[in-house]
Amino acid sequence: MTLYTTSRQPTVISAGVTLRNRLGEWVDRHSGTFFIAPCATLILIFAIFPTIYSIFFAVSRVRFTGDGLKFRYVGLRNFSKQFFGSSEVHFLGRTDPVSIFGYTIFVIIVVALLVWLWRSQKYTTWVGMIGRTISAAMAIFLSWILCASFLSGNAIGTLYTTLFYVIIGCTFQFVIGTGLAFLCSQPISGKNFFRVVFFIPLMITPLGVGYAMRMVADVTKGPFEPLLGFLGLSDWIWSVDAWSARFVMMVGDSWQWIPFIFICMLAALENVPGDHVEAAQVDGASSPQIFREIIWPQVLPVAATVLLIRMIEAFKIVDLPNIMTGGGPGTATESMTLQSMYIWRANDMGSSAAIAYLLLILTVVVCASFFNYVVLGQVKKAGA
Amino acid sequence: MSKTSYRFQKSQRTLMQQMFEAPAIGKMSPMAKILAYTLLGVWSFFVLFPIYWVVITSFKDMTTVNQGPFYIPFIDFQPTLEAWRSQFNEDPFCTVSAIGRQLWLLVYNSAVFVVSPVVALNPMEPQICKIYLAFTNSFVISIFSTGLCVLVGSMAAYALARIKYAPRFGNIMVFVLLLIIVIFATTYVGAPWWASSSVGLALFFFLLRALRGYFKMSLKNGDILFWIISQRILPPIVVVIPIYVMFQAVGMLDTHFALILLYAVANMPIVVWLMYDFFTNLPIELEESAQLDGATRLRIFWEIVLPLTRPGLAATTLLTLVLCWNEYLFAVFLATVKVQTMPIMVAAKNTGEKGILWWEMCAIIVVMIIPVIIMAILLTRFISKGVLMGAVKG
Repeated sequence: MTLYTTSRQPTVISAGVTLRNRLGEWVDRHSGTFFIAPCATLILIFAIFPTIYSIFFAVSRVRFTGDGLKFRYVGLRNFSKQFFGSSEVHFLGRTDPVSIFGYTIFVIIVVALLVWLWRSQKYTTWVGMIGRTISAAMAIFLSWILCASFLSGNAIGTLYTTLFYVIIGCTFQFVIGTGLAFLCSQPISGKNFFRVVFFIPLMITPLGVGYAMRMVADVTKGPFEPLLGFLGLSDWIWSVDAWSARFVMMVGDSWQWIPFIFICMLAALENVPGDHVEAAQVDGASSPQIFREIIWPQVLPVAATVLLIRMIEAFKIVDLPNIMTGGGPGTATESMTLQSMYIWRANDMGSSAAIAYLLLILTVVVCASFFNYVVLGQVKKAGA
Repeated sequence: MSKTSYRFQKSQRTLMQQMFEAPAIGKMSPMAKILAYTLLGVWSFFVLFPIYWVVITSFKDMTTVNQGPFYIPFIDFQPTLEAWRSQFNEDPFCTVSAIGRQLWLLVYNSAVFVVSPVVALNPMEPQICKIYLAFTNSFVISIFSTGLCVLVGSMAAYALARIKYAPRFGNIMVFVLLLIIVIFATTYVGAPWWASSSVGLALFFFLLRALRGYFKMSLKNGDILFWIISQRILPPIVVVIPIYVMFQAVGMLDTHFALILLYAVANMPIVVWLMYDFFTNLPIELEESAQLDGATRLRIFWEIVLPLTRPGLAATTLLTLVLCWNEYLFAVFLATVKVQTMPIMVAAKNTGEKGILWWEMCAIIVVMIIPVIIMAILLTRFISKGVLMGAVKG
């Protein structure tokens, strides 16, 4: 009896407070939920859920039938096909005869990685060790493929074509973009003009960039045809050779993405306090010295972040190879996204999802490693 | 007098010194200036030349394209408007009123879709030429998905920046589980989406009551922010096949609505990331005083915070607009006939019996990139004011 009266009080409703007021108050109290929930729900429905759903595709053989999709479980066959089966050459490249040079480099890389892993044991937690082990395993796998295919003189597959666009392309773009930003941060007139002009390519539709580059790079009717003739290269066709095709693709990609690096690095360079630089100039420091000792350390955190963002986007490259060469010659310029798209067109949804998944794993491991070992280190150093 | 200070007296410098040394602190020497301008000029040429080439090719015809390169109109070759005419004049529905009719059609058809469970009406058929159709589609999809994305994204960013929000782990698990069940019920079993989602929502609140107090672990704002931003890593090719199947199941393949939703989600991480930075940089005192005066959160957000971040909001909107306009991969999978966007239309010109008609294609590309270039120039004004750069530094 006493228990009943103490634990259950009638709800207090003060006079004049309508249901509407109470509802409003309730909404306001939970405003955090109401503000975040739409965004989180959309991402859950259209990003997380499809990612999980994609696993079902990747482990099945999928067919379109009259009444919807038919899944047949095949285990990891879609994945193993990429590594050991029919698509091995397409995905990994030709890894058959491994040269002595390839073996030597591979052994050196593996030893270096193991030493790094062993030494990092001292200053990281066990969570960090798991992350480092995953990074090291991925690095050993990638370096084995590199040594067995490219360094042994064999053709490379879509995996390394994608990595070529990411690593070589990003380095190239970063160097040129930073150089241009440095030039624009100097005391010159007409800065705003250059800023606008250099920014435009980033905003142009990648598809349009693909067609424009295809026209400009055309060797028979393109604008550089007389120049090639003058250099004695009139019979040279870039789209026949694998490496020149990849290189042209990278130049097209750089045309679009250098502006991004340029605009971010310019902002960072202009943020460097002018009096530091002037003080160094008064003290008689030379320009390379000033750049190395004063400007570079201050822009390094931004540089690392910008490079990370650029890398994330570079893994998704698809429009340019699709338009300019259609992945050719052979499959030389196909990125992994494009490979997945072509396989989807051939109605093999299982393999398509498997390649997409491999791309996801590759992107996440490479970007997370870069974020943890490079970006965080720089940001911490700048903060200290 | 030491040697260094001697060198700075202008009149006594030799020619070599005048050429290679800066005349004063914070200035450049003439040679360095020449070098800088040359490099910048070369790069400007490299940037502008492909655009120039596309524009002049759109004024060529078959012979001037095929007989080797011609560079300057009126001197090298006689420009024609043939490509433009064949795009815009051949079809009788290539008028501005056709665009208006198409916009009205979209409003009417979406109304038909909304009332379709109750009243059966016939949707209108489009009467418009291809290029205007693609342009209208791109325009409508970009505007609506940008609006949705910026609204939802900035609300989330504001909550993450200001409200101490600690959702229980258990609640989140329940929500995610129910969401998965709802999606499966809609796509597999074929339940109508409004019924399944309302049942799911009711179940969610019921379970929330039942499970209150069972789970102690909660997420912090930083975790949620990181989770949202890290979605940008996800390659679109991973999600596009399941999304294709999902939309097919609810019969929304090849509709504007599907693309609007998808583009909004694809750009959500960027919007949240940029807007979060603007909101954290605002002075908190204004909001606190408004709160003391009894304003609700929604009102604070709408009437105080959003007007204060207007430059940031405008820059984010422009950027999202451009990204939506340029999107290709989702459109190529999900939009086949009715909602062809500009990039899809350009890509469709790739195949033909006579090979690529470059002059026609260039005309479409020019139509496609003019809005983007205008937006790029607008966006540079914001960037040169340093509006967008805070996020990168953080």
